[in-house]
Amino acid sequence: MSDTSQFDYTIQSELAESSRIQEEIMAVLRQLGFEDEDLADLHIAIEEGLANAIKHGNQLDASKQVKIEGVVDGNKVRIEIEDEGSGFDPEDVPDPTLDENLDKPSGRGILLMRAFMDTIEYNDKGNRLRIVKSCSVHG
Amino acid sequence: MESRLLGHRKEHIMASAPSRLDIEQADGVTVATFKDRRLLDEATIDLVGNQLYSLVDDHGFHKVVLDFNDVEYMSSSALGKLIKFHKKVLSVDGSLRLCNLKPELQKIFKVLALHKVFKIDKNRDKSIKKI
Repeated sequence: MSDTSQFDYTIQSELAESSRIQEEIMAVLRQLGFEDEDLADLHIAIEEGLANAIKHGNQLDASKQVKIEGVVDGNKVRIEIEDEGSGFDPEDVPDPTLDENLDKPSGRGILLMRAFMDTIEYNDKGNRLRIVKSCSVHG
Repeated sequence: MESRLLGHRKEHIMASAPSRLDIEQADGVTVATFKDRRLLDEATIDLVGNQLYSLVDDHGFHKVVLDFNDVEYMSSSALGKLIKFHKKVLSVDGSLRLCNLKPELQKIFKVLALHKVFKIDKNRDKSIKKI
């Protein structure tokens, strides 16, 4: 049976830091007994959320921070990622599945998160992301 | 790594930085197999991207099959490198096919409609025949 857990981290806006903290977060989530497929989905979403916060939110400015807060309540995982940027409107992101956007090298992170999470939402400003997923526990 | 092909040879193309790709030549086709199970961290993705581009830029390979047999998942950044590599291959009138995508990757490709962009085969032999 899964446990109740909370975690929070603050990292500088460096992609190496993102990789490091993802390993820590995944280690926490792994201990809660979730199925591998759910863990993989969470890993992808966390990676995408952090990449967006660092690259787009904080513009790769290493002096800026990204905060990550996670709460696991039963089998529900909620993670919030906040950057220090000026925010954005997710509706402004072009649909990467349109023919004219298919060969663009970027712009797919949000759609990937939507595919693997139950819900994703941004605050009004657009600098705080919340992702939620209900996971299955090993039988 | 075992290959199911006859008459192929393995070349150590990537002599400098640790190679993230296993490269083989089979009947004039370059087959590159990813070594990493997860293409998530940016350092690895950059390395993989550069090694892919090198296949065209430095070695002049025009017919390339990418084997994803060991890849469990990849980030949008890694997919971006793949798309750039695809463009590079096409820019030299080359051909690129992908094979052995696991179900998780197939899901990613479908969600992002990348199955419309890439030619994808169930296995390596099919890719080599069709390229």
